[in-house]
Amino acid sequence: MTAQPRSLFEKVWDAHIVATRPDGQALLAIDRHFLHEGSFHAFGMIDHAGRKVRRPELTFAVADHYVPSHSRSRPIADPEIANMVTMLEANAGRHGLRHFGLHDPAQGIVHVLAPEQGLTLPGLTIVCGDSHTSTHGAFGALAFGIGATEVSHVLATQTLWQRRPKTMRITVDGVLGPHVTAKDLILAVIAAIGADGAAGHVIEYAGSAIRALSMEGRLTVCNMSIEAGARAGMIAPDDIAFSWIEGRPFAPKGGMFDRAVEHWRTLPSDAGAVFDREVTLDAADIAPAVTWGTSPETAVPVTAAVPDPGAEADPVRAGQMRKMLDYMGLAPGMALEEVAIDRVFIGSCTNARLEDLRAAAAVLRGRRAVVPGLVVPGSVPVRMLAEAEGLHRVFIDAGLEWGEPGCSMCVGINGDLVPAGERCASTTNRNFPGRQGPNARTHLMSPAMAAAAAATGKLTDVRKLGVS
Amino acid sequence: MEPFVTLTAPAVPLDIANIDTDQLLPARFLKKPRSAGYGNFLFHDERKPGFPLDDPAYAGARILVSDRNFGCGSSREGAVYALVDGGFRCVVAPSFGDIFAANAAKNGLLTVTLPEDVVASLRRQLQATPGATVTVDLPAQSLTGPDGRALSFAIDPFKKDCLVEGLDDVALTLRHRDAIDAFDRTDAERRPWVVPGRG
Repeated sequence: MTAQPRSLFEKVWDAHIVATRPDGQALLAIDRHFLHEGSFHAFGMIDHAGRKVRRPELTFAVADHYVPSHSRSRPIADPEIANMVTMLEANAGRHGLRHFGLHDPAQGIVHVLAPEQGLTLPGLTIVCGDSHTSTHGAFGALAFGIGATEVSHVLATQTLWQRRPKTMRITVDGVLGPHVTAKDLILAVIAAIGADGAAGHVIEYAGSAIRALSMEGRLTVCNMSIEAGARAGMIAPDDIAFSWIEGRPFAPKGGMFDRAVEHWRTLPSDAGAVFDREVTLDAADIAPAVTWGTSPETAVPVTAAVPDPGAEADPVRAGQMRKMLDYMGLAPGMALEEVAIDRVFIGSCTNARLEDLRAAAAVLRGRRAVVPGLVVPGSVPVRMLAEAEGLHRVFIDAGLEWGEPGCSMCVGINGDLVPAGERCASTTNRNFPGRQGPNARTHLMSPAMAAAAAATGKLTDVRKLGVS
Repeated sequence: MEPFVTLTAPAVPLDIANIDTDQLLPARFLKKPRSAGYGNFLFHDERKPGFPLDDPAYAGARILVSDRNFGCGSSREGAVYALVDGGFRCVVAPSFGDIFAANAAKNGLLTVTLPEDVVASLRRQLQATPGATVTVDLPAQSLTGPDGRALSFAIDPFKKDCLVEGLDDVALTLRHRDAIDAFDRTDAERRPWVVPGRG
């Protein structure tokens, strides 16, 4: 008898079922649990109930959301922010968890740090109280964000009740054009299927354009799965993933690594695996993208114009477009390349890895930024590697600030805010109203596009700057 | 958690798609303890003149009727605390952010998913007759709008049980402790590399 062909997701899901209920809910075993400063509600819940952390050896605490981007030698000025960082350390210490704190040489954004440290591995189930946990699916893990009550449940039981999600395969074949990056690819996907296009689904990204991406690019793609409403995003693990993992501090070593790779090679979707929904895109159709509105689904090629709500047949939808244009301070029909910006931010769990910083630096080398901007590497190791290559000099010489690792201006809760009314070219993942600060206007784009905007002071097609 | 069985209350319409959790609870309030009163932070930066939640005609609303992809974005459970502490027990929309919907169920906030045209019709009725009530009967999986039409909705049976009984699911899970222990023992042999430092 031949076994039913299974997808990557189905193989990982099936291997983690501890129990099932007659109503179809499955109790899933969790292999990795990452915590950040926002976990204080969940610690409060288990402490209140007198429960312990079931598997401290699978639980890792990372300070990223509230850490300052200024020098670590200076104390955190705001006592409420400082308290968030010390509370995580205290909770981790009390429960015996490995804690990557403010001064740890591996510190960084949890979704940059965990892959870099070899904590993220193919075939694992990974959760974190952060929606961008989908990032880790780049290695073929099933990784998703959860809320505080579920965090407390995982702390106490190392499991989660879940209903099996539907599956969607997004196939992108062909070759991306010059200066068209993983960020442009995922923005094109979100624009194509909508901000809730993958709700209730786990996406598998497939096709030659996905296989050709570096690990950094794959992490960027899976990171923004949540912006299409997906439960998770996954990419089949391959030699690019295995060689990226080998030798990292927490990765399996020697014979154990070989044994793990042997297992990981069985994970990719079988030929004939069936998905609930199939979407295909042609890589050649994807252009450097920017968003014009307050949802990532408003991504369009930078060469496009601001859309006209008057051309929208549905009056509710037209009203929502007008509200977005009003918030963004844009007029219908305006060429996006004429939109002046006030600042740039290069960073976040989407685009703060070495490859991202290299792409931005390639544009800014020998140029001056005409607007202020902040560049925040994703982790201390990324920062050190970037400095070893002299990338920090490129940014500083261009007039940008070079910060210490953390979430920084993507969510603004460490104090790095876009001032009200200002327009920011940002490599982050969300352009929601108020996301980067009250009344801040965010345009999402790739690191190279943000660097191009810094150099010209407006939204710019990086292909026109003659960068090799 | 407070059980949810039936509710008859005024409902407020919000004609906005993609209401994200940053709008429900701006990030700067995330460092506040629950005791700070999360209801005061609900839609904090959206509270401009004309915002329906501030319209006295909708005072006492406990049901929110919105548009597609409600609660998308960040996993912050504080967005649910803000709604619950702000007096809401039910949100009706054509679709929800998955993490938001899961968080809602853990806190006694019912999310009702209905087709886009049905929800749009509910919003129009509430705009035409502000302060009108909506009745939700969770055991019967039925919602009755101002026009008196009973609409049936689907809900995950597990979620329904937890809401109706106000269950703490850690206690429920701990009944499966033997199965979890057995899984861990088998898995340690099958995938020994999962625990860092064992390889």
